[in-house]
Amino acid sequence: MATTTLPPTDRIWEWLSQVPDPEIPVISLTDLGIIRDVQWQGDTLVVTVTPTYSGCPATSIINLDIETALRSHGIEKLELKRQLAPAWTTDWITPEGREKLRAYGIAPPVDGTAADGVLAGRVSRLMGNNLTIQCPRCGSTHTQKVSQFGSTPCKASYRCTDCLEPFDYFKCI
Amino acid sequence: MPSLPDMTTPNLTALAGQALADSGHVAVPAPDAGQPEFVEFLQRMGDNCLILGHRVSEWCGHAPALEEDIALANQALDLIGQCQLWLGLAADIEGKGRDADALAYLRDAGAFRNLLLVELPNGDFGVTLMRQFLFDAFHIEMLRALKASSDPRVAEIAAKAEKEVAYHLERSADLVIRLGDGTDESRARMQAALTKLWSYTGEMFLDDAVDQAMSDARIAPLPSSLQAAWEKTVAAVLDEATLAAPTGAWQHKGGKKGIHTEHLGYILAEMQFLQRAYPGAKW
Ligand SMILES: [Zn+2]
Repeated sequence: MATTTLPPTDRIWEWLSQVPDPEIPVISLTDLGIIRDVQWQGDTLVVTVTPTYSGCPATSIINLDIETALRSHGIEKLELKRQLAPAWTTDWITPEGREKLRAYGIAPPVDGTAADGVLAGRVSRLMGNNLTIQCPRCGSTHTQKVSQFGSTPCKASYRCTDCLEPFDYFKCI
Repeated sequence: MPSLPDMTTPNLTALAGQALADSGHVAVPAPDAGQPEFVEFLQRMGDNCLILGHRVSEWCGHAPALEEDIALANQALDLIGQCQLWLGLAADIEGKGRDADALAYLRDAGAFRNLLLVELPNGDFGVTLMRQFLFDAFHIEMLRALKASSDPRVAEIAAKAEKEVAYHLERSADLVIRLGDGTDESRARMQAALTKLWSYTGEMFLDDAVDQAMSDARIAPLPSSLQAAWEKTVAAVLDEATLAAPTGAWQHKGGKKGIHTEHLGYILAEMQFLQRAYPGAKW
């Protein structure tokens, strides 16, 4: 067996920070906060990943992209672990990630606004449009929700009543 | 429903181990064996998600507006994803070398454990939404209770799913209110949907021996314990929607024990076609 030095985990994190999210390629997997842990177990690198939504079709692509990236950096023994708990939350999206989303035209999540299931009150609040989402294009706060579900499971559809552009809002979970 | 493996690594040692194990599915530790009620319960959870997810996906390309089409497809996706988690755990605990796909695609109607409510045809958009709302309001209470399950695997799936279902409920409640308290036409359709579906809601809260065993083991709540919270949510939303629930006491039941309406067979015929026609096909 060849004796090689295993790259330190902060270098692995650095490599993972260059792997784009397959559906929103402006942000990386580390921006998204879905890489939960990176550690060496003996000479095997174990990367722990948490899914965003349970049915997100990007999950298998993400695993594949992680593997491809790390192999291209010479990692030979690699294990990907799925971890459900604690469940992923948009609060884990990094500040840089939020800026990249905004620049890309997706309004970043407003923390603490996840649907909590306390129904009637919340529905009427939302129907009264008390949750203000800023238009990522012109910055206006005159926006309307078009649909709670957008182009991917993680987004809602909004429109701006000033610049009239439709946009995605990365909703809180 | 493609399998999303926890590990995608072509690790030669592991592959060799799998080849030895022959089934391609790692044998499951003994402590879980002999828990038929647990497997039964997990199939009920998974089958509700699977069948409702399939029903909702039937709208893909047919919904009244693009936004609704996308919303329905996304909800279907959430439900199928949750189904994979529940049935995956059911398969592990069952320990017979089956996986979530085998449970979804290779069981016959009599082995499905979903509520009758979720297998009912989509009807018009009102029926689809009302069915979703009545189920979501139950689903969220079940998931919240399961977050405190004595089995951490159940608790973590529930915590994940609850976040998604909170959005389902928010959306279905919102639309039930808008359409109920809407035009004469939309109100009439929502009331008709409610009247049609109401007699399928009682089954959600019936306790049986499986539920009792789950409750004794503190794995899951008795369904009857969720009824008061469900009634509160439903009453508040129907009130705002200016709709009235029927007062009749008659309720259908059977789905949890595998006695289904004629509709389930048609769903399975479509959903299982590929695996039945081309056994073992993968993509
Ligand atoms: Zn704007």
